[in-house]
Amino acid sequence: MVEYRIDRRSGVATYLQIVQQTKQALRLGLLAPGDKLPTAREVVEATAINPNTVLKAYRELEREGLVEARRGLGTFVRRSLGAAPADSPLHAELTDWAARAREAGLEHDDVAALFAAVLEEHFKGDEA
Amino acid sequence: MTDIAIAAQGLGRRFGRRGRRALDRCEFVLPAGRVCALVGPNGAGKSTLLSLAAGLLRPSEGRVTVLGTTPAGARERLAYVAQDKPLHPHLTVAATLRLGRELNPGRWDESVARRIVTDADLDMDAKIRTLSGGQRTQVALALALAKRPELLLLDEPMADLDPLARHRITGLLMADAAEHGTTIVMSSHVVAELEGSCDHLLLLGAGRVRLAGPLDDLLAAHRLVTGPAQDSLDPHTVVESRTTGRQLTALIRPAGPVPASWQTAEPTLEELVLGHLRGPDAPALSLTESEEAAA
Repeated sequence: MVEYRIDRRSGVATYLQIVQQTKQALRLGLLAPGDKLPTAREVVEATAINPNTVLKAYRELEREGLVEARRGLGTFVRRSLGAAPADSPLHAELTDWAARAREAGLEHDDVAALFAAVLEEHFKGDEA
Repeated sequence: MTDIAIAAQGLGRRFGRRGRRALDRCEFVLPAGRVCALVGPNGAGKSTLLSLAAGLLRPSEGRVTVLGTTPAGARERLAYVAQDKPLHPHLTVAATLRLGRELNPGRWDESVARRIVTDADLDMDAKIRTLSGGQRTQVALALALAKRPELLLLDEPMADLDPLARHRITGLLMADAAEHGTTIVMSSHVVAELEGSCDHLLLLGAGRVRLAGPLDDLLAAHRLVTGPAQDSLDPHTVVESRTTGRQLTALIRPAGPVPASWQTAEPTLEELVLGHLRGPDAPALSLTESEEAAA
């Protein structure tokens, strides 16, 4: 199960934050095919946002084929995203690399900037 | 179940024979299932409008239809929490809830009432008069929600709640709307607090409707623009504008493309409301449900 965190000052539309956080959970393997998303009631009770916002986010995820709504049952994950779950070799290598970067004296922001630069170089022109 | 929660036609209310009009020729339709923010400056007529919809006041002119009938006819299906949260001061919390149960046979949901009171850490044996303002508010909201209303009218419900209670109560209201499709109208001066939870807006000014409609559509109909002061804003409708040196900042309703040299952004709810409060002469704008949302 995922728990959504809504940042009202981020400038990102609330429904998009839910879409992005769901995708992030799919990428990290925190959500897998067959898993149930929280109901609109559960999400709005925890976040105090409008129910239609949650429904809009779920419709968007459904449109992208990531989840499906089953009448009376809830919304379920249909497929996963990316190929790097939390326990994959890539994740382990990156963890290793982050530890080395820290040992080398790099600070959080230095590492983030370096990572963003390499990302930009390799995925230039790809759709985000 | 009707699909219109509140409809006002030429609605007016005057206090005293020659008194000023607290509400004047108000026209709007609020579809059922919406969470509506009711905003406006002090004395705009927000509380008068809520009292009229709740059937506690009669209109001087025009009429208001609630859940497809008169406010009196809809009394069992609506709940109203007034600003001063009238409760019997000498009753205990438990007795207040019992009263609610007995006054609402067939509708009362005891678990909802208990939950709100328990979450607020209230002593069931405490007398209402010993409670703080915020605690009284939560008892009043427990009564209103446990009635399982189709329409919930709340006048400044969050004003005396602490931030945690505010979040919890808003969450409960949203959960109620999600589960039962309850229509909620809540007034507030703290506009930022309504952002995120409301999907419909009713802005009153001097007793008149200034903005009414789905929030997303109203926001999309406006732009905050910044550009050189010598440029003309024709043919756009200017809600409010300010000049600082050579720079002009304005809230407009675009009537066509805005010059590319201008910086434009969609306003937030707070910016939209503030712009209209600063520009009280801007023409009123009412939008009905867009085709897309209705589909």
